[in-house]
Amino acid sequence: MTIFSIYIINKAGSLIYHYDSPTVGRPSVEKTFSYPLELVLKVFDEKVVVAFGERDGIKVGHAVLGINGIPAEGRVLADKRDILEVLATESNYPINIKFGRPHLTTNERIMLASMLHSLFAIGSQLSPEPHSSGIQSLETDTFKLHCHQTMTGVKFVIITDPKQSHVDALLKKLYEVYSDYALKNPFYSLDMPIRAELFDVNLQAVMEQADKPGLGNN
Amino acid sequence: MTIFTFYLFDRNGTCLYYAEWNRKKQLTMSKDEEFKLMYGMLFSIKSFASRLSPTDMKEGFLNFTTSKYKLHFFETPSGLKLILNTDLSVGNMKDVLQQIFSSIYVEYVVKNPLCQLDQPITSELFKYKLDEYVKSLSAFQTSKTAS
Repeated sequence: MTIFSIYIINKAGSLIYHYDSPTVGRPSVEKTFSYPLELVLKVFDEKVVVAFGERDGIKVGHAVLGINGIPAEGRVLADKRDILEVLATESNYPINIKFGRPHLTTNERIMLASMLHSLFAIGSQLSPEPHSSGIQSLETDTFKLHCHQTMTGVKFVIITDPKQSHVDALLKKLYEVYSDYALKNPFYSLDMPIRAELFDVNLQAVMEQADKPGLGNN
Repeated sequence: MTIFTFYLFDRNGTCLYYAEWNRKKQLTMSKDEEFKLMYGMLFSIKSFASRLSPTDMKEGFLNFTTSKYKLHFFETPSGLKLILNTDLSVGNMKDVLQQIFSSIYVEYVVKNPLCQLDQPITSELFKYKLDEYVKSLSAFQTSKTAS
């Protein structure tokens, strides 16, 4: 089963849990450049991203992930040097830059979660048929989002490969894990982020279980 | 199977054309408001999907489903957005939307000197051809025999 990520959103639209599959690596491109740099870079959302000059698999919107093997942390390198300054200095060239799709920060995830929460509501409002629910699945060419809203308004969101089937069963299982290991935990307060080891362990187990029959059936 | 509604937006968010066939739910807001809400939702979904995607996207957002309907989305490189709402049993409608664009919109609106591209479409010929095409679709016809 190809699961990219799992999100749990509370009834107010804030993110209370997220999980990213460690096996799904984001593709990155490394290339050595000589001075002057022909790509136009800009700072967007505390990241250095490509603004102009798509080439060799480097796309507009890709962020600088590292320079000469030193990983980038936001707009600075791990050794505290500013990326744009390093790239503007001629003596640093030839230079090897690693580009890739930017990693989502926690802040961005929280924002995306509340965005889904409102899209869900608008989706049901714009329905041509009466009594429609909100968005249950959303398909793009690279992933498919499955969403299950419980009676109490909690949303479970799983992002998988577009060809993945039988995700509904996993969503139900996820709800079970949430009820058993988050809600029944006496130290858990409702609508707050879930930080329980038992929850993590059981979520992992459910996903591994989903993997096995998935492989058998297909 | 049935087809509910069709929306056509230009790149600036103006609703160029709207048509409905078996729509059951009456509007809770004015048409203009509905168009704005629809365009706004699609705009947000597009940005939402491109941020969430684990890899680079080519076509982007394709469709979404709720418990009652399925919304199919197709955008041309020029930013024209075609939206078709159908019921849940309908499969991929990308080719249909592509067809509406290339053989109805381009033929009867773009090639019509009396149609302004940034204004709502008033051409009777376009209206007639679209209606004829949608009613000829298998997704539309099975609903007629069923009901």
